[in-house]
Amino acid sequence: MKTDVNETALLEGLAHNDRSAIETIYAQQYSMVQTLIINNNGTAEDARDIFQEAMIVLYEKARSGSFELNCQLKTYVYSVCRRLWLKKLQQMQKYIPNANGLEETVSVDEDMDVHDQRNSDFLMMEKALSGIGEPCKSLLEAFYLQKRNMTEIAGNFGYTNADNAKNQKYKCLMRLKKLFFSEYKNHV
Amino acid sequence: MEQLQLLEAVERYLQNEMNPEERAHFEQLRKTNPEVDQLVVEHTLFLGQLNKFGEVKNFKASLHDIHNNLVSSGSIKEQPSRAVVKQIWKRYKRVMAVAASIAGITAMLIAGMINSRKANTAELEQLSRDYVRTKRTVDQLKKQVEVNSTEKVQKAPQNVEIKSGGTGFLIDGKGFLVTNAHVVAGSTSVIVQNNKGQEFRATTVHLNKATDIAILKIEDNDFKPLGTLPYGIRKNGADLGETLFTLGFPREIIVYNEGYMSAKTGFHGDTMTCQIGVSANPGNSGGPVFNKNGEIIGIINTRQVAAEGVVFAITSKNIFNLLDEVSKTDTTLQKIKLPSSSSIKGMDRVQQIKKIEDCVYMVRSY
Repeated sequence: MKTDVNETALLEGLAHNDRSAIETIYAQQYSMVQTLIINNNGTAEDARDIFQEAMIVLYEKARSGSFELNCQLKTYVYSVCRRLWLKKLQQMQKYIPNANGLEETVSVDEDMDVHDQRNSDFLMMEKALSGIGEPCKSLLEAFYLQKRNMTEIAGNFGYTNADNAKNQKYKCLMRLKKLFFSEYKNHV
Repeated sequence: MEQLQLLEAVERYLQNEMNPEERAHFEQLRKTNPEVDQLVVEHTLFLGQLNKFGEVKNFKASLHDIHNNLVSSGSIKEQPSRAVVKQIWKRYKRVMAVAASIAGITAMLIAGMINSRKANTAELEQLSRDYVRTKRTVDQLKKQVEVNSTEKVQKAPQNVEIKSGGTGFLIDGKGFLVTNAHVVAGSTSVIVQNNKGQEFRATTVHLNKATDIAILKIEDNDFKPLGTLPYGIRKNGADLGETLFTLGFPREIIVYNEGYMSAKTGFHGDTMTCQIGVSANPGNSGGPVFNKNGEIIGIINTRQVAAEGVVFAITSKNIFNLLDEVSKTDTTLQKIKLPSSSSIKGMDRVQQIKKIEDCVYMVRSY
């Protein structure tokens, strides 16, 4: 089945971080996922976590540029959530062999592998960032994640000038890189 | 030091901030020195990773936001869990009847044991503030406050001694608070005060001494109801070693503290409470205990006198149980809808506290 024009537009919006597109997808797909999780031994909270993780998979896929969806969006989201939930159930050792309405639909193996890799990268970076302590963490986040400029940062963090702040930023960056790569090289 | 400068150069090279001359020079260096080249490759990879991290982090935050918006606008509904209990009940009726009778006998035995142990409570100190002892300093502070802000409305009854004080937190934006029962027990009137110093009159709508939980309602025209609360209340408890933080009023201003989950049970194996490693002082009673996602996992109530740093908190599950029980008979309590999801997950601590501090109140009973 081909994706219809509407869904392609939504995915494009998602890739560009367009809030109304994300909201539309969220509102359309959430109830279906919630029913799936709750019928299979989960709670509303589990449903939210699983659905949001699936949204991240979709977001990463949409952003990668090479996105071709050869089924309906609904089927894709369903398949991803199914995989994520089965994995979670297994982790909690609550596996149910004849899961309600959990039959295989489209294969998402490849996407899940990519996602697992990205997710472990994400966790590594999160761990490294929390390891460098304050004010390093906030300083780097302000510059690299919130993309604020150095003069503004110097003012907010109480440095006398932008050069001082820059110097401190590079020191922090070195530490972050060291922490990150010590983990990263173990995994790759 | 040299490494720092090299890193700066690499970054400027990658951001295209170099002038042509510098750039040519750097490219030459890159060709001749494999270490520099390696550093450029490595840094490109690292910046890529950092960028992806930022994107996903922002996306996660907006998903949370959207979820909460959609729930409050009614576009999506959070279903309660399915009742598998019924099926199980049918299947295991007889076994359960036997089990129930055994449980009944055990319960009676345990109740007997607990009663004989009651004398031990002297080992625990309830963390409500003893106002007689600190009264003088409070009076001084009050004078200062009065000088500072003459427009502040005093709602406390005049010439009445404060019996005890503690902390409370909102469980519903309409003005319902939870605190410890021992903070407000035996009081004639209750005043709550937010961290801006505004005072509101409150009434005790429910008091449960067994679980040591009291529900208050702010009944004051000056109080403006809040929309959705920033934090959620967790049904299941925290895991050992999870980092926790607390906000409370052991002083006249709000005080932050952090620690960790120490044990899943409380004093003498009490399963209604848990042990946390947070320093707590008189006045912290009734204060919320949050996990790192900003979800409430407990209410501080006592500390062990004989040991240092052993603090007990009532697990948040008790709030749910109490409300389930009392809302059957009390119609005002039926209006309470406990917040289930926290909108401050993933934020840094300073931002979380900024959102939470407006919902934590000082409680004084007269």
